[in-house]
Amino acid sequence: MNTIELSKVCRQVRRDIIEMTANAGSGHPGGSLSAVELMTSVFFNHMRVDPQNPDAPDRDRFVLSKGHAAPCYYAVLAERGFISRDEFKNFRQLHSILQGHPDCKKVPGVDASTGSLGQGCSIAVGMALGAKIQGKDTKVFALLGDGECQEGQIWEAFMAAAHHKLDNLTVMIDNNGLQIDGPNDEVMSLGDLPAKLRAFGFELFEIDGHDLDAVEAALSAPVSGKPKCILAHTVKGKGVSFMENQVGWHGKAPNAEQRLQALKELED
Amino acid sequence: MSEKIATREAYGKALVELGAVNDKVVVLDADLAGATMTKHFKAAYPDRFFDCGIAEANMMNIGAGLSTMGLIPYCSTFALFGAGRAYEQIRNSIAYPKFNVKICCSHAGVSVGEDGGSHQSIEDIGLMRLVPGMTVIVPADAKEARKATFALAEFQGPAYMRLARLATPVFEEDYPFEIGKANVLREGKDAAVFACGLMVSETLAAAELLSAEGIEISVINVHTIKPIDEACVTEYAVKCGNVVTVEEHSVIGGLGDAVADVLMGKVNCKFLKIGINDQFGQSGKAADVLREYGLTADQIAAKIKETL
Repeated sequence: MNTIELSKVCRQVRRDIIEMTANAGSGHPGGSLSAVELMTSVFFNHMRVDPQNPDAPDRDRFVLSKGHAAPCYYAVLAERGFISRDEFKNFRQLHSILQGHPDCKKVPGVDASTGSLGQGCSIAVGMALGAKIQGKDTKVFALLGDGECQEGQIWEAFMAAAHHKLDNLTVMIDNNGLQIDGPNDEVMSLGDLPAKLRAFGFELFEIDGHDLDAVEAALSAPVSGKPKCILAHTVKGKGVSFMENQVGWHGKAPNAEQRLQALKELED
Repeated sequence: MSEKIATREAYGKALVELGAVNDKVVVLDADLAGATMTKHFKAAYPDRFFDCGIAEANMMNIGAGLSTMGLIPYCSTFALFGAGRAYEQIRNSIAYPKFNVKICCSHAGVSVGEDGGSHQSIEDIGLMRLVPGMTVIVPADAKEARKATFALAEFQGPAYMRLARLATPVFEEDYPFEIGKANVLREGKDAAVFACGLMVSETLAAAELLSAEGIEISVINVHTIKPIDEACVTEYAVKCGNVVTVEEHSVIGGLGDAVADVLMGKVNCKFLKIGINDQFGQSGKAADVLREYGLTADQIAAKIKETL
């Protein structure tokens, strides 16, 4: 899919994020909106998956380590044909397959249950390692939050990815700079993140995470002998003027009026 | 019961046997391969062994990822660092998605000995029992540890196995092992004594001491704490009317509570839990530490006698 088509999908995904969180009256719009281009691009152009056969053993894998971006995940999975858009209204409701955080037992296309921060990257490392030792050409993608990188286990996973030379693993970091309690740099600075990522053995691509050409280029770039990391600079709440760069929109749903305004801004 | 072998040693050797017949088996450790005995597998199948370094949380989740690729990971470390430190990784990334990961932790209980209270896990059975859908196994001797290691490969789903550092007696008899099915090792009417792990052989020795005084107890090896053999527990509680549980674990959350949960509100009987009484362990020779906490055959016999 070319980037013009992709950008249309991205716009729809953003509308779905607003609809889902507004309908549920809870959820995480900010960090969902910042991850839209990364997730859309991966699912549409870089993963070998078949929505008709979501459990195919040789499919590529995706782990949403920042599981609170579930609305973005569900919207992309629906656009890609894994689930029905009819499910959106059940997001966060009793008996729904669309749990507040992704549950791989319930949602076709979800490869790992996530939400407890810091754990998804290690699962992705296990998947990539499992593919390697069995001689499979499976690619594994993990999407992390920047705030999530404050978890020590993330760095344990990075260490293991480099140690095992997992060049079938792509770690994407949605670097929106904000977390629940405020800006990362005020809460607990990650310091020189690019330098740290390089020091941990990644082939690093630093991009604008909303520039689809840049996202496509970084995802397509070949690596050999080391894991790939895409440090994507993004805007929390991207696409909705009153949500952009606002810490308060991490885990708050839009009300009826805000929903309408957001949808208006996101019209084609 | 003359020969003494640690359950961790039997586990390590069994992994090598298992690896030969099941190429899906992979083994992970966190820099303790020489202690958990996964070193045997490492030597035999270096391509299927992954030392994760001193990073237990990462190890558990790498195991989770490997399981999604059709492999059967056995993750090993000390009980305190597995069930304890990596509790939430086990809960959220292994048990919640029902991934097929085997968590096999050695150095459980106070029989760790010299390393002291910081390394003596007395909570792991409780922690793992709490996790929805987790199977919890505590082999009583080397033969059972071997059988359990094999059984886990056939069993689909997350499971925790508790192993010991201390070399303990190997039963001469070759008891069957079926997950969830307790083994009655001795029949007696005066008390139904349910034990697990190293406490099974101590309880059998206690039964001998009591028998010499004309007291006959039933000894039941509850190797599967969860799902517990409810039928067996109920049958023997009713038969004897006097229930005693013996474990090298806190009396809170372990075998004792699992047995009590079966009987509560259902069977009218006396009930005594023998175990670690809500306190930490300490350094010492394993035999001395077990005695300090009242977990040797003569001490167990004396406590059972008090219930009569």
